[in-house]
Amino acid sequence: MSNLEPEISPPMTRTSAFSQEHKVYLRRLKMEKQWILFIQVVIFVVAIALWEICANAKIVDPFITSQPSRIIKTIIRLYEEGVLFQHIGITCLEAFVGFVSGTLLGTLIAIGLWWSKFLCKILEPYLVVFNSLPKIALGPVFIVWIGAGPAAIIVMTLAISLIVTVLEILNGFLAIDAEKIKLIQTFGGTKLHILTLVVLPASLPTIINALKINVGLSWVGVIVGEFLVSKAGLGYLIVYGGQVFKLDLVMTSVIILGVAATLMYQGVVFLEKLLVKNNL
Amino acid sequence: MNHLVEVHNIGMKYQSLNGEITALEDINFSVQDGEFVSIVGPSGCGKSTLLSIISGLLVSTAGTVLLGGEKVTGTSGKVGYMLQKDHLFNWRTIYQNVILGLEIRKMLTPETKERALRLLKTYGLYEFKNKYPNQLSGGMRQRVALIRTLVTDPQILLLDEPFSALDYQTRLMVNDDIYAIIKKENKTALLVTHDIAESISMADRVVLLSKRPGTVKQIYAIKVNCANRTPLYSREAPEFRHLFQEIWKGLDVHV
Repeated sequence: MSNLEPEISPPMTRTSAFSQEHKVYLRRLKMEKQWILFIQVVIFVVAIALWEICANAKIVDPFITSQPSRIIKTIIRLYEEGVLFQHIGITCLEAFVGFVSGTLLGTLIAIGLWWSKFLCKILEPYLVVFNSLPKIALGPVFIVWIGAGPAAIIVMTLAISLIVTVLEILNGFLAIDAEKIKLIQTFGGTKLHILTLVVLPASLPTIINALKINVGLSWVGVIVGEFLVSKAGLGYLIVYGGQVFKLDLVMTSVIILGVAATLMYQGVVFLEKLLVKNNL
Repeated sequence: MNHLVEVHNIGMKYQSLNGEITALEDINFSVQDGEFVSIVGPSGCGKSTLLSIISGLLVSTAGTVLLGGEKVTGTSGKVGYMLQKDHLFNWRTIYQNVILGLEIRKMLTPETKERALRLLKTYGLYEFKNKYPNQLSGGMRQRVALIRTLVTDPQILLLDEPFSALDYQTRLMVNDDIYAIIKKENKTALLVTHDIAESISMADRVVLLSKRPGTVKQIYAIKVNCANRTPLYSREAPEFRHLFQEIWKGLDVHV
């Protein structure tokens, strides 16, 4: 009779019973990791220190370049005036709403285009035009239509991220192995079965990838939107600071923006680790 | 014995911008209950197309297929289909993969769940039921794929080159494995392959298709003398070499 016993290799043992060479190998890996972290920290510290020293020694003009100590002072001043978290909050909220709605709407549209090849063919030239168009050009239109406020900024964000999301996710949908779809059909599955059992779960990595791209695009949309219309937010502070030549304010806002955008990106990376455990 | 599958004058034409391709022409054969039939033919002769037509996934442009006396008009629970690759879903556990067909056919009941677990137990996969497919070897994955097909209790299994994605050693072993399971579960099977040796080693009859347009060239009855017939032992039977030569000539391959 044939062998019906499970044939699986024993799992790799991870514990101590390793050769000297392996220990050396592990140590070298660890060393490299530590070195990389060390150099990263050194670059950061040296850059900040150089900036501060050069500004203090008047090698560069701190009025133009600002300097770390002035940035910290600006943050403290904004905090004391009670507006720091208001500006950060408004910008983050707009970015988050734009990001989430762009992703959801983009996924929904991608599902629609996947569902009907006919619709997809009809809409293709329009998608190409909207994808090529610099969406920022639509800014004034949105302000007139929607009014100068957070809603116009969110729509700006949507306009920038939506088409990219649709195309990215649709490509993911279309790249799914036709045989996997056939498998569902052999069980008499419907199109809805194909969507929910194969297409969506198999596209999870693609959707996460779209999220990562969207994080960046959402911030672009929000800042552009705030440049155009806002009365509050980090983008507003940057424009205002530029106009009245308060470069401290501009630099402070840019740095806060960098931190906020990175945190949001890390949020998506965390989500990815949570969701895409067994996907490939 | 009664005919479980009857294929009558099946023809298939594909339309394309460059014209019309006749993939299959006037195919006739039948499969008896409990029989294991292989279909061999040169690549591109429409073997897989034929399976898709029998399963109801594809509508032929001529002829009819009868399954248990009823005309095939679409996919049905009577047919179990096994594809080239196992296509286990990485985001589902082994058990969740096995019950995929039950879920789609809305057949998830305590009894069918019980059957799924029983099959996993019988074929040595029970302890892996909560593992994910990437933790299993190629042979085990193919076995899971077969169980996924068997658990919906089909009358006939259509095997569309289910071994071709495996390396040679695994393939010989999985041949034996799948054959044993099919025989143990008393299933009728129709195997499509381009591997002559594989077709002889597993089948009771071999249907040879011609080059495109594919049509039945010859049907060989496979009788091998070995006490305990398994695909691997069949390869050692004295008749094996003989049958191989005969089918090889019939295939008429030119480089």
